[in-house]
Amino acid sequence: MHAEGTIPVENARLSSAATRDESGKEVFIRARGVTVRFGAKTILENLDLDVRRGEIMGFVGPSGTGKSVLLRTILGLNQKQAGTIEVFGVDYENANDRDRLAVERRWGVLFQHGALFSSLTVLENIQVPMREYLRLSPKLMDELARLKIDLVGLAQDAADKYPSELSGGMIKRAALARALSLDPDIVFLDEPTSGLDPIGAADFDELIMTLRDTLGLSVYMVTHDLDSLFQACDRIAVLGDRKVLVEGPLSTMLEYDHPWVKSYFHGKRARTVVHNGKSVVQSKPNGAG
Amino acid sequence: MATATSSETAGRRSSGVTAPSLRGERRGGTLVLEAAGDWLARTIGSIESDLERTARADLGADVAMDLSRVGQIDTAGAFVLERLKRDLRAKREHVEVEGLAERNTALFAAVGSAMDRERPVRQRERSKILTNAVIAVGSFVIGIKDELVNGLNLIGGAMYGAGSRISGRTQSRPAAIFNQIDQMGVKAIPIIVLITFLVGGIIAQQGAFQLRRYGGEVYAVNLISILVLREIGVLLAAIMIAGRSGSAICAEIGSMKMREEVDALHVIGLNPIGVLVFPRLVALSIALPLLTVIANLAALVGGAITLRIYSDISFLNFLQGLQQSIDLFTVFSGLLKAPFMAILIGLVAANEGMKVGGSAESLGLRVTAAVVKSIFLVIVMDGLFAIFYASIGL
Repeated sequence: MHAEGTIPVENARLSSAATRDESGKEVFIRARGVTVRFGAKTILENLDLDVRRGEIMGFVGPSGTGKSVLLRTILGLNQKQAGTIEVFGVDYENANDRDRLAVERRWGVLFQHGALFSSLTVLENIQVPMREYLRLSPKLMDELARLKIDLVGLAQDAADKYPSELSGGMIKRAALARALSLDPDIVFLDEPTSGLDPIGAADFDELIMTLRDTLGLSVYMVTHDLDSLFQACDRIAVLGDRKVLVEGPLSTMLEYDHPWVKSYFHGKRARTVVHNGKSVVQSKPNGAG
Repeated sequence: MATATSSETAGRRSSGVTAPSLRGERRGGTLVLEAAGDWLARTIGSIESDLERTARADLGADVAMDLSRVGQIDTAGAFVLERLKRDLRAKREHVEVEGLAERNTALFAAVGSAMDRERPVRQRERSKILTNAVIAVGSFVIGIKDELVNGLNLIGGAMYGAGSRISGRTQSRPAAIFNQIDQMGVKAIPIIVLITFLVGGIIAQQGAFQLRRYGGEVYAVNLISILVLREIGVLLAAIMIAGRSGSAICAEIGSMKMREEVDALHVIGLNPIGVLVFPRLVALSIALPLLTVIANLAALVGGAITLRIYSDISFLNFLQGLQQSIDLFTVFSGLLKAPFMAILIGLVAANEGMKVGGSAESLGLRVTAAVVKSIFLVIVMDGLFAIFYASIGL
């Protein structure tokens, strides 16, 4: 049996440095003054952002305003020209390998197109992070991977299939299962419901909410799906003009005065959803974040 | 309910991690298994074997689980505890679970209901060595037929050319062809010049050393000129192109296949072979003969310089020897092979590219196969040409 000290990476150091916002809630991601430029084109400028523990945060904005760039910058896949981004209180970009590893074990990412490893089966895909980080027997890893498959609502016979044999919705679910394989504290979802049928998308939203409630998961969700925004998200941030235009619960969005925000949340498509979804939003107790 | 859960879970993963533990204790007639510590994916590895032994052990009729001292827990921890409970229950009427914290009930419920879902029993197929060997031979033989059909299909498609399926007009796409000539021909010049220069020098040196014993060092010029012009120049150029452009063609077409771009060409009404393979075949069969000329010259220059250094044969003597030993046929017997080899390389590479499936692994396999097969076939073809020339007496 292992003594306390032999557990590979403990996050005690990280948690002690946890940032909190003014209301005392723990902040998982804190971005301050982030500026990203590609050549002469400035994508993000002086952007501030907080994502808190246990909330589903939705990101919307016109195409090309840098939603994906922001996501990739937080994940360290893009270079930023200025500003700081703290993930779990760690400045990821400038952290040492040990701290980076500790951060990477606590986040899961669902890429827009799944990014499943094409030469591995679904089960093996889910086990990739487990094999790398956990000291478990292959049998238990198999069972845990199958549990994740069940949790995301994927049929068990998909476990031995290769990504090229799956449908779009199944790929999304399998990729989510992989993102969840280490029981992360936060998952990043890049357009999780795009390409799903409305019923599948609603199930997916339901799933995300269940996971938040049962696992205490934080969710960073880039989406264009109005239903997702209205049903699942505790807070919404609108990106535009190279920064976060407005953030807050849905009610703030509906009142905010900006041409794009207005046409987005009061457009023809939105009106039907708001109209039908209003009761859902209000009856959800933690909808106000 | 939801509010309570998410605010409670906020305290669930605070600082520090303690290894999980499971202790048995007799309280009255009941054996109480007391779980303590943090049950997380990264910690339960230490207790996994203990849990399995506990599940199998003979613990008596009355067993209870006490979870009140469990600290942090995630799905992996909940899974092993739930599984232990189920294993214990399988043997007894009743297993009491007590002290499950309110904040974790939702987690256990979710894990439990996921475990309740039916899982198909996996049927492991017994591997039979003999049957597998027979299957492998059979599929290989049938595969040869498919290869041939595919190859013919490609040749046919390429002869049909860039003809559009709808209009029937031939679109020769000169821009694509010239682009490919640039990629596969012009940009390959430096490496081909370098390699053939070196090989020419090496052959001249070895030839001169061996012929020196018979006092016929000057015949090294004949050796190098005939060998290079008939065989080495075109062979080296073809092998380099098979490695360099064969792999590129296969990877390009293969990744287009993977991303359904080939299918897109189909539904637009274009013939994918005409659009993708034809320009490459044309470009290769123009580029490879030209590269062969360059390769021949580089090898001869390499030979001339080597002979000047090692055998004191001046450049003028070299040229005179060259003039005596070769004629126009020597030059063209080599050059003639180049377009055939070019088409062979292009067909093999395109054929392999079209066979790429959905995974990155299959792309790698196909590119490897394309290079290996085309080099092999280039050498076989060179041998066939040698037999052909010999039998027509040249």
